[in-house]
Amino acid sequence: MSNKMSLQDIILTLQHFWSKQGCMLMQAYDTEKGAGTMSPYTFLRAIGPEPWNAAYVEPSRRPADGRYGENPNRLYQHHQFQVIMKPSPANIQDLYLDSLRALGIDPHEHDIRFVEDNWENPSMGCAGVGWEVWLDGMEITQFTYFQQVGGLEVKPVASEVTYGLERLSSYIQDVNSVFDLEWAAGVKYGDIFGEPEFEHSKYAFEESNQEMLFKLFDTYEAEAKKQIKNGLVHPAYDYVLKCSHTFNLLDARGAVSVTERAGYLARIRNMAKSIAKVFVAERKKLGFPLIKDEKLRNKLLKEDK
Amino acid sequence: MSHTFLLEVGLEEIPAHVVTPSVQQLKERVSSFLEEQRLDFKEIVTFSTPRRLAVKVTGVADKQSDIEEEAKGPAKKIALDKDGNWSKAAIGFSRGQGMKPEDIFFKELKGTEYAYVKKYIAGQTAAEILTGIKQVLTAMVFPTMMRWGSNDFKYVRPIRWLVALLDKEVIPFSILNIKTDRLTQGHRFLGTEVALADAADYPQALIAQHVIADAVQRKQLIEEQIKTLAAKNKWHIVVDASLLEEVNNLVEFPTVFSGSFADKYLDIPDEVLITSMKDHQRFFYVLDQAGKLLPYFVSVRNGDSEHLEKVVAGNEKVLTARLEDAAFFYHEDQQKTIADYVERLKKVMFHDKIGTTYEKLQRVQALCQLLAASLDKKDTLTTAENEELQRAAAIYKFDLVTGMVGEFSELQGVMGERYALLMGEKPEVATAIREHYLPNSAEGVLPETKIGALLAIADKIDSISAFFSAGMVPTGSNDPYALRRQASGIVRIALARGWDLSAVSLQEMIMCNYQNVSGLYANIKPVKNVEKMTDFIIERLRKLLSGQQFDFDIIETVSGVAANSFIKMYQAAEILKEHQGETDFKANIEALTRVLRLAEKLPAKEIGTVKTDLFENKAEKDLFTAVSQIESKAANLSGEELYAALGSLRPLINSYFDETMIMVEDEKVRLNRLRQLQKIAALTYRFGALNKLNVK
Repeated sequence: MSNKMSLQDIILTLQHFWSKQGCMLMQAYDTEKGAGTMSPYTFLRAIGPEPWNAAYVEPSRRPADGRYGENPNRLYQHHQFQVIMKPSPANIQDLYLDSLRALGIDPHEHDIRFVEDNWENPSMGCAGVGWEVWLDGMEITQFTYFQQVGGLEVKPVASEVTYGLERLSSYIQDVNSVFDLEWAAGVKYGDIFGEPEFEHSKYAFEESNQEMLFKLFDTYEAEAKKQIKNGLVHPAYDYVLKCSHTFNLLDARGAVSVTERAGYLARIRNMAKSIAKVFVAERKKLGFPLIKDEKLRNKLLKEDK
Repeated sequence: MSHTFLLEVGLEEIPAHVVTPSVQQLKERVSSFLEEQRLDFKEIVTFSTPRRLAVKVTGVADKQSDIEEEAKGPAKKIALDKDGNWSKAAIGFSRGQGMKPEDIFFKELKGTEYAYVKKYIAGQTAAEILTGIKQVLTAMVFPTMMRWGSNDFKYVRPIRWLVALLDKEVIPFSILNIKTDRLTQGHRFLGTEVALADAADYPQALIAQHVIADAVQRKQLIEEQIKTLAAKNKWHIVVDASLLEEVNNLVEFPTVFSGSFADKYLDIPDEVLITSMKDHQRFFYVLDQAGKLLPYFVSVRNGDSEHLEKVVAGNEKVLTARLEDAAFFYHEDQQKTIADYVERLKKVMFHDKIGTTYEKLQRVQALCQLLAASLDKKDTLTTAENEELQRAAAIYKFDLVTGMVGEFSELQGVMGERYALLMGEKPEVATAIREHYLPNSAEGVLPETKIGALLAIADKIDSISAFFSAGMVPTGSNDPYALRRQASGIVRIALARGWDLSAVSLQEMIMCNYQNVSGLYANIKPVKNVEKMTDFIIERLRKLLSGQQFDFDIIETVSGVAANSFIKMYQAAEILKEHQGETDFKANIEALTRVLRLAEKLPAKEIGTVKTDLFENKAEKDLFTAVSQIESKAANLSGEELYAALGSLRPLINSYFDETMIMVEDEKVRLNRLRQLQKIAALTYRFGALNKLNVK
């Protein structure tokens, strides 16, 4: 292949493709998080009766996966391209396959399979049913019909498509190391992310101030709980994300004993669950403005209380 | 004339392991539906792929069978008035049935005569009946159910199309907003939508669309292609039945291909290579004629052979990346010592409510000593064996914190053995590390070595006791820590080894260990659910016996005394089965059962020695002498000998009861006699709770 797509071409292509399918192009959320699912554009918007169609790139930080930039496939921070559509369209699988075609991956020339993989994120009270999509034996996408988020039933059901951008690009550009990927013409992934990968790994594994991080966790948690009480969903959720990231940093450092681990996860989960409930209540107060069908809107507003 | 009915549900990709059971379920449901509806048919054939479940019913009758039914009306005395004319009630009844009073006849029911009419119900046509198949489809149950879109309806995966054809006619119904039609879908990439003119065109019409809907045929195609490939390359391709089944349900149109990986990865242990290929990539692995692993793999594409080279290259790349990881771990893991890993187990939680894996190791190590000490003389460990057991028990979970097991958790134990050998442990120790996980399924192989067997039992009983003590008792199908499998493992190992272990003796060892090293039982003092745990373990032996077709009452009898060892229970079951047809069997059991019943009247605090000076007749004396003789050698009697000895007591017991009144006024005498009976009962219970035998 002479005209290989750069990583940014791949992003642009996916953005263009999904915007044509009615997705709003959101931007990456500005608080650290472990996965695109944890962005409020997915986690919060998946809950409640309002429709939501969005696509965005999400840089996702997983401190324990850092390898000082030395492992060809493992990263402290990788990029996900996240598509969330609620209610899930009947042709979502076909749309997904069309997106691969848009990227120049002709299914006729490959072996594409949907292999069962039911997804669960107990720390956020999330569960879904779906597949990992295999391209010639490589997992390139996670495909999920959300059934539960933040401990609440997802209704209508949201479909989530998460592309691992580095993996997909490694395949498209046929490179063995993500650091050899071309981000833009003439600029390599390693040129941009090599140094931060090393520094973040060094920080997370060796240099982080554990005492400070433990304090931060407690502080963030207290603030999140307070703002949940105030009904300020978004500030509260930011602090939950901060808690989650702080915990991940501590975990990477090996600072959380095995006994404490479950306790920390439960603290995050409980906050996420309360926020999910408050979010729906707040949207209801606003009259579920994203529902354009007046009859349905009024019906839902009258439900329960 | 007979008809053909086709029903196909088009779905988004069904999990591979769900496909075959689901289409069987569909077949059974359709079959019982047709039977309930009295619609005759000849045969139901199933079809299934990842995207469809289908049945074709042949020889379907034109219509339901007609039926004649009697409808019951009022009693005769109400149906006819004084003058013998039809009453209003009778006229109303006949009209209600669509008939005239003249159609009424009388028939007696439980002594009263009632009015009846004979109704003839013409069967509905097949087409009418088959619209009801909708309920068959919606009643299907799957291991995981999901919702999609804005619906509350749950199914295995979203339904995308429905075909219901009776010959050339569409049977109309709909699920959600999907209406039945004659349109089915071809292969995702190689086929198109196709309209079926006739139900009989299925599944041939799909072949042109690159879908082999017949799962059996599809599997044969895969097997044939594998055979051809093997013959061409002189390979032995290892075709695991469950992998073949899974792969078959991941493809609609199979094309087998092979790929290779670099020779250098052959330095990685075979188990790791095989796990990477088989479990992670769903590849078949390849051996040479001598059984040596070759650097090739075989896989199945969901499609034809066009552009196959790209598919091969992609799969090779993925496998290479995995093997590169494995090679890295294999090298890195060997840079540390077993002591390093054991130290790290202090940080690994076995379970939040129980404690660390390190603590478990320490408990099991102490428990192994008690277990080894409990063995019969013939099984006593040599000094060397004792050392091996102690060493194995001290380190046996170390591999859990190696990089390789972190990445390939299914290789726990296997890597433990391998690394232990590489790090200079004795082979006996290394093997025990692997074997302690055995048996890892209901019928799985048992540890072959004595050290492995002891470690396996100690590890399992510690887990069971820990979970029970922490209040996590399995209920119904909820057994997340596979404690049932572990309990049945203990029973099977004890039986195979002929070790005299019982649920009670294991429990006592735990208690003893707790007293010796109580610090290791901080969260799991073994005082909670003790009886539940004994029952739980014995229940596994009962399951094993019933699996071997022992009668229910025999199982009840032998398992009725928790203190008896598993091996004694098992032998007793065999003995009872062998003797139950004999002529004096019934009489023997009845005599002993009578003893057991009366012996219960002796309060536990009164159990004591029998005083011969309180005897009043010869029968008492004779019985006492015979019982004392058996008692003195009871500990050394085999099951068969004990059974014979108990049987030999029957005439003595009978004459004893003939001549002796047990429940006499004089308390001293009464208690003395009950004590006599209690002695016999104790002997009997050594064999089993014979009062639970059914000898009627």
